[in-house]
Amino acid sequence: MSVPTLSRPAKKLPRAFYIMVLPAFALFLIFHTVPVLTGIYYSFTNYAGYGEWSFIGLSNYINLFRDERILNAYGFTFLFAIVSTIAVNIIALSVAMALNSRIKFKTGFRGIFFIPNILSILIVGYVFNYLFSNSVPAIAEALGINALTSSILASGDTAWIGVVILSVWQAAAFNIIIYLAGLQTIPGELYEAASLDGASPWQQFSSITFPLIGAFFTINMVLSLKNFLQVFDQIISLTGGGPGTSTESISVLIYRGGFQGGEYGYQTANAVIYLFVIIAISFIQLRILQRREASF
Amino acid sequence: MTATAYSAERSALKNGDRDPGVHRPDRRQINWWLTALVAVLSLTIFIPLYFTVVTALKTPDELGGSGFGLPGTPAWSNFAEAWTLTDFPQALMNSALITVGAVLLTLLTNSMVAYAIARNMHRKLFKGLYFYFIAALFVPFPIIMLPVVKETALLGLDNQLGLILLYTVYGLSFNIFVYVAYIRSIPLELEEAAITDGASTWTVFWKVIFPLLGPMNATVGILTCLWAWNDFILPLVILSDPSAQTLPLAQYVFQGQFNTNYSVAFASYLMAMAPLLLVYLFAQRWVISGVMRGSTK
Repeated sequence: MSVPTLSRPAKKLPRAFYIMVLPAFALFLIFHTVPVLTGIYYSFTNYAGYGEWSFIGLSNYINLFRDERILNAYGFTFLFAIVSTIAVNIIALSVAMALNSRIKFKTGFRGIFFIPNILSILIVGYVFNYLFSNSVPAIAEALGINALTSSILASGDTAWIGVVILSVWQAAAFNIIIYLAGLQTIPGELYEAASLDGASPWQQFSSITFPLIGAFFTINMVLSLKNFLQVFDQIISLTGGGPGTSTESISVLIYRGGFQGGEYGYQTANAVIYLFVIIAISFIQLRILQRREASF
Repeated sequence: MTATAYSAERSALKNGDRDPGVHRPDRRQINWWLTALVAVLSLTIFIPLYFTVVTALKTPDELGGSGFGLPGTPAWSNFAEAWTLTDFPQALMNSALITVGAVLLTLLTNSMVAYAIARNMHRKLFKGLYFYFIAALFVPFPIIMLPVVKETALLGLDNQLGLILLYTVYGLSFNIFVYVAYIRSIPLELEEAAITDGASTWTVFWKVIFPLLGPMNATVGILTCLWAWNDFILPLVILSDPSAQTLPLAQYVFQGQFNTNYSVAFASYLMAMAPLLLVYLFAQRWVISGVMRGSTK
């Protein structure tokens, strides 16, 4: 806690401090808080995005829970987000550990593995779209792998896997860098001592590496899940939500229904529920992960 | 190996020494098997990039099959066609303008807000403000998506300027978080000395604090740049005038209209990815250390 030494001579705070925060506060209020509150207000109306509207109380919220399409979107988004979060963290931690060990061209490899993070997901998605729908089936045909001869994006059962692959490819880059930052905080002496004591690589990982990067693991898990729950660009470029509505995420549904489907009020109600879901999940995740961190 | 050698090496690593393996004694030999494995893994990054490049250079009848074969004679005309179809110069200008504007405004304002908050955390008002900004980290974009579109249209901000403002405001939550942590590690004595010499709060901020924020400014600047340049959803919902399109948005619109001409489409994707890739090629180590710094703060 900082001590209020600066304001020691006079109790009054320099006006400059208020001027420093005022514009940002005003803009934040206008462009963030007001939209949040308007959104919550509209969620109690039948506003279509244009024309007349009236107050309809909780109807939107009640209807949400009976709407197959919305339940479907939640189902897909959660399946996708959980699978991707787990996959991206396993991959990123493994790659980060490899990049932190005694390999050659370390800096160069770090530079390479960060590339996906500097590319637009939408554009990369278009490239992956072509790979999934044309290249992979052509290669599978040449190799005689029947299961992959038709595009995975064309089937409602497998399209989500394509979305996972693209998302993990892109998100791993950032997670690798965070894990690398974490791994570098571990003193090398610990491993030297452990290997003198005859600890196996797995023992070293589970009793040194993993506990000591606990905070970084927590950050990555919480951020990944939160970001994946908002998946949008990936869907637009790969599947457009299809086939049917099998890969329609909550964000895509809110965008489509809200802007193109005349469901402005209804979809803002969906967004409000979504807000509570994200907050609840982030807090539960933080509590569980931090308890785990502390127990080491 | 002694502890000092270890810490020397660790600090060398932190400073991004190009190849810390070279000066090592025998006991810490390079693991060639692991190096090979990492090299193979890095193909997962290169293959999609290679594929983008060769496809962009093919004629329509060279497409087909797996698409990994090299083109016969490079069809440079694809780039010319993509250039006009997407109105590339205009989109590039818009993306550049929005990104530069967002980065500059973010650096100037967000650091200032963070300074005022960090130095007055003991006051209820500023502490409240801190939590008010941080809380927004948990608000998903879709909840504000529909209302903010109405609002920007109403205020006449459904354009490039509006996007610059939105990136500056929406980045505030995360940036305040990293800036405040950093500013609180700067000793107060520096400012007190300046104040004793008669400097105003503004002078203290611009002459003492802002220069000291260099590393954090780099981190915030890089992350804001990557976000503003690559973002798709905000330009998609905010921009109303087609001539205000950013590069990712131009790909989206173009994809919808000409999705059968893959070579031209890939030439267009490549042109949209190229500017940031080129910058990254030269500033790579700096970018990575910037991002790493942001995550350890």
